[in-house]
Amino acid sequence: MGHHQEHEWETVIGLEIHTQLATQSKIFSGAATAYGAEPNTQACAVDLGLPGVLPVLNGQAVSMAVKFGLAIEAEIAPHSVFARKNYFYPDLPKGYQISQFELPIVGKGHLDIDVDGTTKRIGITRAHLEEDAGKSLHESFHGMSGIDLNRAGTPLLEIVSEPEMRSAKEAVAYMRKIHELVRYLGICDGNMQEGSFRCDANVSVRPKGQEEFGTRAEIKNINSFKFVEKAINHEVERQIELIENGGKVVQETRLYDANKDETRSMRSKEEANDYRYFPDPDLLPVHISEEFKEQIKGQLPELPDAKKLRFKGQYQLDDENAVILTASRQLADYFEALVKESTCEAKLCANWITGDLVAVLNKADLDITQSPVNYQRLAGLLLRISDDTISGKIAKQVFEAMWNSTATADDIIAEKGLKQITDTGAIEAIIDKIIADNPDQVEQYLSGKDKVFGFFVGQVMKDMQGKANPAEVNKMLKIKLK
Amino acid sequence: MTLTADDVKKIAHLARLGINQQNIASYTKDLSGMLQLMTQMSETNTDGVLPMAHPMDQTQRLRADEVTENNNRNNFQAIAPQIEDGLYLVPKVIE
Repeated sequence: MGHHQEHEWETVIGLEIHTQLATQSKIFSGAATAYGAEPNTQACAVDLGLPGVLPVLNGQAVSMAVKFGLAIEAEIAPHSVFARKNYFYPDLPKGYQISQFELPIVGKGHLDIDVDGTTKRIGITRAHLEEDAGKSLHESFHGMSGIDLNRAGTPLLEIVSEPEMRSAKEAVAYMRKIHELVRYLGICDGNMQEGSFRCDANVSVRPKGQEEFGTRAEIKNINSFKFVEKAINHEVERQIELIENGGKVVQETRLYDANKDETRSMRSKEEANDYRYFPDPDLLPVHISEEFKEQIKGQLPELPDAKKLRFKGQYQLDDENAVILTASRQLADYFEALVKESTCEAKLCANWITGDLVAVLNKADLDITQSPVNYQRLAGLLLRISDDTISGKIAKQVFEAMWNSTATADDIIAEKGLKQITDTGAIEAIIDKIIADNPDQVEQYLSGKDKVFGFFVGQVMKDMQGKANPAEVNKMLKIKLK
Repeated sequence: MTLTADDVKKIAHLARLGINQQNIASYTKDLSGMLQLMTQMSETNTDGVLPMAHPMDQTQRLRADEVTENNNRNNFQAIAPQIEDGLYLVPKVIE
């Protein structure tokens, strides 16, 4: 950044994350929420705001919100209230969004993030239920806008953090952590391309040491981890430059343009933020009983932090492997099933997943549940490494063949004749031949050039197409070359 | 609390209500009168009284998460002023 002549600046960031809850039907109507349907085929009379309709609250949306609240150790409001947030926009047919204002369902909670090896606790101010709006399409309707209300009424949980992040890096770590958590809980599919998980960032700067916050700008609708980092860094730089040149940051909403890598002001009308919230008379207060809370608590899965700790202890994994393997519940389950099925060392299982498997999955843009190699087949392969039937190098070849077929490791090893040769007689014969064929190298080795040893190992392995047991080859070569 | 004519115009604009210029004075007077009643009410001591979110002393009933509404687009769009490719068309608005 480098505009730090006058002050050292501190960045202050708070995030509002909108997660679409993974319900079948909408928050206040029985219309479907499935993504990608033909326009307006999943928008019923309630979603269209036709006269006389009434909202009826989806119990599953309430359960999911409570689940999230319990996972961040938040206060769950015994009584929460829905309110109308009033504004006019064509993709909001009622003229108000049903949201929560004074009494949200989830109160203060917190989440720990890890940045550069240190753990920092970020406060979560609140999380509230609300309905999503529809979509406006501004292109190619001869000067008009096209409105698709399929998304209108999709349940959202808006998660509001305290302004406690001090860098774009921390903001990304927090966003990733929430993303991981909502997927663990099964309350959101986390699909950012489809808009199921999106974020607004409140960004301000202040001279280091100053207690009072600077004026903040809100960057709207950021839908990738990469963009949140870039958008914040850009905005911080803009604000510092503005202030150092004698200007003033104005409180406004800005849009991040990923193509130009810049934020720009959205024309903000003065009354735009006058939402005139009031309790929605169509909805009664929501009551959450202790029994209900206990029941949801019983449904909570093992959460990411707890799982990570357990993996490090139970399986002796290093931090890096533990982080990768617990990034999703499904990947963690795959790992544990593999360890159990293969009875191999956990470290071998972990390395194969985090190295080979994750790499090819990423390349093919698949997640673990779509892996062509299931844990049973991978277990078959690891077993053959463990019992020395094949070397680690040959195993990669077998793995590739498994990826492209449905055959078991044993089938492939047999079919391609990849079984490691441990027959000392066969190895000895090859070694004798290689020694006889390379008198120069033998002389070099005997005169003290130890490096040449590798040449012999290579020649033997090559001759035996990699199938010789490397330990055996080393041992015998040492004897023969004496 | 007393409203000004400008307050009335702003409120009307927020609610997208078209009001007659000549009625503004009487609206201002009426609305100010209502607010005075509010002021009088807010003088009542409500310490320890929970705010009432709804006049009915009941709690919200919850619906099962089931899709019960099927596609009814043709009927809804039959009464729309303008449609195209399944979309409702409206005058262009870009914020």
